[in-house]
Parts: sequence; C-alpha cells; structure tokens
Amino acid sequence: MPIVSKNFFQFFGLEQKLCVDADALQKRFYELSRQWHPDRFSRKSAAEQAEALEATSLLNDSYRTLKDPVKRAEYLLKEEGFPIGEQRSKDVPPELLEEVFELNMALEELKGGDDDARGQLESTRIKFVGMQAEIDKQLQSLFANYDATTQGLPEIRGVLNRRRYVDNLLRDVDRALNPAAAAIAVEERL
Amino acid sequence: MGTFQIDFGESRKSKIVGIDLGTTNSLIAYLDLTGPKIVEDHEGQKIVPSVVSLADNDRLIAGEAAREMLLTHPERSIYSVKRLMGRSASDVQEELKLFPFRITSEGDAAIQLKLGNRTFTPPEISAAVLRKLKDNAEEALGAPVTEAVITVPAYFNDAQRQATKDAGRLAGLEVLRLVNEPTAASLAYGLDKRKDGIIAVYDFGGGTFDVSILRLHDGIFEVLATNGDTHLGGDDIDNLLLRIALEESDIPQDSEGVQRLRRAVIKAKEELSFVPDTKIELTYGGKTYQRAINRELFERLIAPIVERTLEPCRSCLADAKLTPEQIDEVVMVGGSTRIPLVRAAVERLFKAKPHTELNPDEVVALGAAVQAGILAGDVEDKLLLDVTPLSLGIETMGGVVSKLIHRNSTIPASATETFTTAVDGQRNVLIHVLQGERELVKDCRSLARFDLKDIEPMMAGYARIEVRFLIDANGILNVTARDARTGKEQTVEVKPSYGLTEEQVEGMIRESLDNAEADMNERQVREARVEADNILAATEKGQRNDAWEALTADERSQIEAAKRALLAVYNQPDHRAINAGIEELNRVTNKLAENMMNTAVRGALKGTKID
Repeated sequence: MPIVSKNFFQFFGLEQKLCVDADALQKRFYELSRQWHPDRFSRKSAAEQAEALEATSLLNDSYRTLKDPVKRAEYLLKEEGFPIGEQRSKDVPPELLEEVFELNMALEELKGGDDDARGQLESTRIKFVGMQAEIDKQLQSLFANYDATTQGLPEIRGVLNRRRYVDNLLRDVDRALNPAAAAIAVEERL
Repeated sequence: MGTFQIDFGESRKSKIVGIDLGTTNSLIAYLDLTGPKIVEDHEGQKIVPSVVSLADNDRLIAGEAAREMLLTHPERSIYSVKRLMGRSASDVQEELKLFPFRITSEGDAAIQLKLGNRTFTPPEISAAVLRKLKDNAEEALGAPVTEAVITVPAYFNDAQRQATKDAGRLAGLEVLRLVNEPTAASLAYGLDKRKDGIIAVYDFGGGTFDVSILRLHDGIFEVLATNGDTHLGGDDIDNLLLRIALEESDIPQDSEGVQRLRRAVIKAKEELSFVPDTKIELTYGGKTYQRAINRELFERLIAPIVERTLEPCRSCLADAKLTPEQIDEVVMVGGSTRIPLVRAAVERLFKAKPHTELNPDEVVALGAAVQAGILAGDVEDKLLLDVTPLSLGIETMGGVVSKLIHRNSTIPASATETFTTAVDGQRNVLIHVLQGERELVKDCRSLARFDLKDIEPMMAGYARIEVRFLIDANGILNVTARDARTGKEQTVEVKPSYGLTEEQVEGMIRESLDNAEADMNERQVREARVEADNILAATEKGQRNDAWEALTADERSQIEAAKRALLAVYNQPDHRAINAGIEELNRVTNKLAENMMNTAVRGALKGTKID
C-alpha cells in the first residue's frame, strides 16, 4: 500500500483503538522518524526525497493526532463515519443552558466596566474546569468500552461535542479575565 | 610549494559545509574524522564580520575588509543586514532610526538598499558574505564547495527563511537544509552522551533571540517548543550605549563619527563581561570622548533588555508543558550570553547552571557542520526533529485567520483544505496565507497569495479544489492543489508578499554569473597587459643593444611589425588578442634574445679575462 494512503493507525502499525500506550507510541514515532526523515535522503534521488517528505509529514501529522486522546478520538470518529461536525457553538447542551446564560450576563457586566463580575467569572471558571475533568473521566471509560466492544461511538461523539463546548466557554472566560495570557493558552486546547 | 595531497577516497567528494550566517559575524565549518571544525582564513581568522561594502570596482566585498570600509566609506557599506531579510520597508521603519540603512523602496515592497550609487536586495548582500565564507572554505579544503547547511533563528518566519535560501543560491550554494540556530547548537554540545533528558537552549545573538526546549532520547533531538524575538539582540544593547555616547560627546556626528563611536561602545560592552570597570574612549575629528562605565551601571541599563528575553522563555516552557524544574540542562549560545547579568538571569529562571564550555560564537557553526554530516550520511546516530515556530493559516470571511498548522508542530507538517467557488463560472480562487498567532488577518504576517487558476467553469459551490499546505524540513511552505473530482493537478501561482519571486532570483543568479565571468575576464586582461608591458620593455632594451644591429633588415622589420600589432590590441578588453600579440612578438624576438645572451656571455668572459 502506498504510504500516503494509509490511515494514522495503520501507519503506526496500531490497532484502531482509543486507548494508546503513550510510551510505546513515542518509541514507534522515533523509530519511524529514523526511517523516513528527509535528512536521511538528501543524497538520494528526487523521487525518493519526495516520498520521504510525504511519509514524514504523514508520520508527524499522525503522531500529533494520536498522542492527544481527544484528537485521536475525533480522528477515529471521522474515519468511522461519525464526524464531529461544525455546529459546535450553536446548540447549547441542555444541561449547560443555565450556566451559559449566567456566564453571558457576567461577561457583559465585566465589559461594561463592572469589576464585581470578575469574582463571579472566577468561580464560573472553577466550575468549568471541574466539568472538564468530569468529562475526561467519562471519556476514559467510554474509550475503554469501545476498545473492548467496538460500540458506543455516537455517545462518544456527544461527549466530545460537550467537551468542546465547555472548552470554548472556558476560553471566553479566560479571555475576559486575562486577554494577553488567554491568547496563548487557547491554542493548546484547539 | 611542493605539497601533495593524500587521497583518502571519500575525501575527494566535496564536503557539505555548515554555515552560521549571523547578524554580526558569520562562520563556516565542516565535519572531519575528529569532529566539527571551523574554517580559518589564511590569517588564522575564524570569524567573518557580516559587513558588506561596495568596492571601487563596483563589486561587493565582505568580511574584515568591508568592516574597515564601514569606517571610511559608510555610505558604501552595510552591516546587520540579517535584520532586513524577508521584510518590507514599512516593517523596518523603527530600525532605520538607529541603523544607517539607505532604503530606496517603500511600503510593502521588498527592500532595496542603496550602496554607493547601486541598489541591492538583502539576499544579495547576504550572498556576498556567503561567497566570502565559501571562498575561505574552498581555500582551506582545497576543493570546491557547492552544498551547505545554513542556520537561521528558530523564530524566523517563512519569508525570512526563503530569503536566506535565496541568498545561498545567489552565492552558488545549494542549501540542503536550513537549521534552526538553537537546535544546531544542541547538536554541537554532544549532550546526547546522556541518554535521556530535557534541555533548554538560550540563544542571544547580535540581532535575534531564540529559546528552544528539546527532549533528547538516544540520539534523537526532538524540539518540543520554540519561541523568540527576531528583533532583540546585542545590537539593542549597543544602541542603548550609543545613544548615551551621542548625547554626551561632542564627537562630530557624521556617519564615520557615529560608526567609530559604535565601535568604541561595543569594545566597552565586551570588556565589561570580564572586568568591573572600563571606559568608552574615542578621539575623532579633533574631539575626544572619555566616559567611565562600571558593570553596575551597565547592568542597570540593560536590565530591561535581559528581561525581554525571559518572557519568550516562560512561554516556551508553557508550550512544552514543562516547569523550570524539569529542565535538566541549559545551553548558552550567542555572544551576548557572555554578559554575567544574562547568565545570572538564565540560571535563575531555569534553576540550572548553564553550559558555557563551548565558545558561544562558534557553537552554532559547529552544530551546522554536524547537521551537514547527518545529511552526508557520515553521522548516523543523531537525528533532529524540529518544529515550525509560528502557526500557519488562511484568511477567511471577515478578515479572520483560520489556523491550519499550529505552532510547535513537528516538521514536515501538512494540512489539507477544500475550496470552492462563490460565483457561477468562476475560474480563479485566491487564497491568502498568513503566519502568526493572532486571530485577525491584520495582526498576522502575510506570507503569500496563491491563485488557483483555470478552474473548470461550473455552478457556484460545485468546484472542489483540494489544497495541500506542506511545511518542509526547512520550515518553508509548499502549496499544491488538485481538483478533488477529477484528481487533476491544479495550477497554483504564488505571489510572495515580501520575498523575491522565482524569476527575480533566477535573474540575479544569471547576473551574478555574468559578473563572475566579467570579473574573471577583467583579471585575465590585466594579467595579459602586465606581460605585454614586460615583453615590450625587453624588446626596446634589445633594440638599444649591439645585438639589434646583428639582425637582418627583414628580422628587424618583423619585430617592428609585431610590436605595432601588440600595441594595437593592448587596450582592447580581450586577453586572448593580447596574448596572441605577446606570443608573436616573443617568437620574432627569439634571435634577438639569443644574440643578446651571447653578447652578454662574451662580455662576461671578457670581464674575467681582464680581471
């Protein structure tokens, strides 16, 4: 099979599972880098160089996706025909309706110069961080369940969407509280 | 000379060299059986100042000679050109206040610099430095040098990298790899002796600041994160001191006076790394300036600059998701890390005593030579996995940037986006690519506009053009596109926002080859004329000798004719014609020379008799 048509799991020689041993993944990444990195091909033909460039970019893109549990799950969902979709910011998960309403009020107040809203935002922030931890725990058990039964992808998609929603809320709060630092932090969660 | 070379087989193959093309100084190195070596010129100098001057014959010269010309002919000289690489005139307005650059272009156009009455682009100026390094290496190695690894600041963007690659091509070098300076330095330190660990490289050079954090594992150097400031360096410290000196002294502030003052403050700055007190001293234009400066005052002055380097370090740690305690080793690179205050600040931040064993001016070039060895296949155990320092994105509706490849992604890295048309029958789609971390187009750096051309006309929204953005191992963007329905390759026209187009670079290469030919021809003509002068003088001397009378009338007229013929071509710029004239005169004067020799021998014999 040509290298570029392999999917990320196949490229690493892994079974398509949601729980991955991080150390083994890193070890395999280094091995494949030694095999494919363009530095190893600079005295080779143009065709071999082009293949090495393709293979290494696929390797790096795969590793970036597979080493992050959320990106890994999103990728697997897409491969299995359950894409995460774009409508993430529109539909408020019902259980969050109340928080979102209060949050928007507080954000408006802070923007209007009311510094009392800062305290409220900070407690909202703590709540969201706690929510995230809970979601991650839930995901872990769903991942293990999928690996054992290959069932439950639609449910995982729902939880991932909720996680992303909370992420975006958290970003808004961070940005309101500390505009400069938030710009850096945001990248990491995308 | 009587030397001969021993052929080791492999050694005949031309070496890939490693080049540190610095803001202030440049070095070139290579790898031999004992390790990386810095090339020395015939005077034993390793450092080539990154200064370029336009010499009297309208050719660019670089290095120490240009550094001298910077004092005597500042209007024909330029330094720190690295600060201008891949940038536009409007980008560098601030710099112009303290640097005597004469820029003739305006706004977003690529920079054109005036030297004497000619203009050059920054890559052409850098190419002059590279040519000087290449000449030194060819002399030292006794072989042509055509392939190179060149280092760039880790935080250089795509345009700055492309400009560096262009400079290499203009200097006749195939740039096999651009390597980030801090990463190169980590290779030189041989830290892979420890099997595993996290290292931070703090690289504070003449004009740029970089910090990189790497994970070492069994010879793999994996960069986890990088950060920096491409406009923060020793130059800024010099400018602080220079400003004071300009204010206090009554040294004439013409361009030579300013350059001499600059040298005087740099000397004082360098001394303060080793002694607690010194003086800034200069006599010029009938005036004398003397000012005592101690380390305490110096440190108070530069503290804000040192502080500015710490912020990127903190961001870098955060990006690598590490705390200072997790850093095992810190490596210091760049001349500015000799400053005790800098060392103390770094030690405090990373909570580790920094490595300073290697000469901070040489460590990047040494690392570049190791990387050259990796590319040549001579070094097999080491491998660098570097990252892109800045996120790459495209402009979407409302002037917002949609990020495709995030900063600190291991390179090569790629992303694919599908584009469509907005109007029925639309034939072109324009994609605006940007680099930077901010969300709005106006806050990011425009890299290029890519024009997807010759799209099959169809209803709006039906076209499916798949565009692949690939950042290669040099950190340079490549874009390819194909029609997702037919699989057909799609034409992409690149309009770089700042750099030179492919055609411009090729035009310059042609011109420089023409120049090289012109240079060569000029030299040969000059040599031929010297030889012609010699033979004409010898002939005239012969004509006053008794031997001249011993020739036949025919022989004499042949010599007169050959003399006239040589004088007729003497002023032509054609060394072949001059050489032919010399040969003819040489041939017809053979007998005259023989006669003269005999006369001389007879005279000599007579002389012995008399004695």
